[in-house]
Amino acid sequence: MKLKISELRDTLGYQIALLGVVALLASLLLTQASILTRADIAAAEARDLQVSLAQVLPEGSFDNALAEDTLLLDSPQGQVKVFRARLKGKVTAVVMKLSPIGYAGPIDLVVGMDADGKVLGVRVLKHKETPGLADQIETSKGRWIFSFDGKSLNDPSPKDWAVKKDGGVFDQFTGATITPRAIVGALKRGLELFTKEHERLFDSAATQRAEGDTK
Amino acid sequence: MNYLQITRDGLWDKNVVFTQMLALCPALAVTSTATNGLGMGLATTAVLLGANVLIAALRHLISPDVRIPVFIVLIATLVTLVDMALNAWLHELYKVLGLFIALIVVNCAILGRAESFASKNPVAASALDGLMMGLGFTLALIAIGGTREILGSGTLFKDAHLLLGEAFSFLELTLIPGYKGFLLMILPPGGFLAVGFLLAVKRIIDQRSARRAQEAASVAAPVTA
Repeated sequence: MKLKISELRDTLGYQIALLGVVALLASLLLTQASILTRADIAAAEARDLQVSLAQVLPEGSFDNALAEDTLLLDSPQGQVKVFRARLKGKVTAVVMKLSPIGYAGPIDLVVGMDADGKVLGVRVLKHKETPGLADQIETSKGRWIFSFDGKSLNDPSPKDWAVKKDGGVFDQFTGATITPRAIVGALKRGLELFTKEHERLFDSAATQRAEGDTK
Repeated sequence: MNYLQITRDGLWDKNVVFTQMLALCPALAVTSTATNGLGMGLATTAVLLGANVLIAALRHLISPDVRIPVFIVLIATLVTLVDMALNAWLHELYKVLGLFIALIVVNCAILGRAESFASKNPVAASALDGLMMGLGFTLALIAIGGTREILGSGTLFKDAHLLLGEAFSFLELTLIPGYKGFLLMILPPGGFLAVGFLLAVKRIIDQRSARRAQEAASVAAPVTA
């Protein structure tokens, strides 16, 4: 039997069939695995999103599935995704997802704002900034990101929404100005967008209808 | 088949990184800390073991002329399965390792072992070879990552609990308290520097032991001519 296979192996037909069978089996296996894992992966990712959104909201301030209650807002920088936090059906706060361009690509961050436009919290979800210099934007590396808590568009005044180097009130890091500048700028634009769209964001009845409007 | 020799080859004599000089891309890219090196090493070991066993089992069926595409399809399938399974069922671990897993497909060490060992040897020997080559790779990555982490940030095995669970948080050491850090070692050039110096150290050790073996041989059999 083994001898037969070693002769057969050198024929063109066998090789074509071998490649075909291997590819077919691999695809079948992957399809099955994908079907098996899809629901669990989606659930895990939804949980991740919910956890990261909940970080920028006070505990117990919402009782809905944040990740599913979304609006898309148009801004000069492109569409901005907003998640709405509701307590007993009423919108109490919103979480905006922003992706300003930092020193080394986009910085994904979320910012929570209450109905008065006060910043509840900011967290960086993902970034590729220089380790050791600009990674102080992470909560595990520094306290800088907490300096926005409680601020709003009028406190400090709009012209003070900048890093100190640009005449504002927010600290930059030694050797890294681009990263904090990008984040401060994005937050300012986010708050401006919030003020402009305030009515729509806190219209508790609107969900699907509002999302339909932007399309 | 000499199992002891396979073990020695994998761990030291034919170490993937320091002797074969393979898989340098993942070795340099992820070793900014010892923990990252450990994670990448373990994930690679799992795939190496699986790929070696699979290919050794099928080696009589695979035509030599089309072996490379067959190996690549098998390895890529294996890696994708590991990726999906981890993402679905060990999601916390996946968040730490996820980035590395996709990198394993392009790890030429796996294709290298399939080609030079598993396609010519029985399943048991191939399994051992995959395991030992993987562990040798893991040790090399921990050495590079540890060197860079100690010099770069003064810590060792930082965040190990994310990878191994809270029980292993004793591994996390701060060797130089209040250290300001040496950024160069954390950035990509630090990878090249660490690999270069560790390579030099290994060569020195190998030369010493070769010289000692030579001396021992000449004492045992004195030259008569």
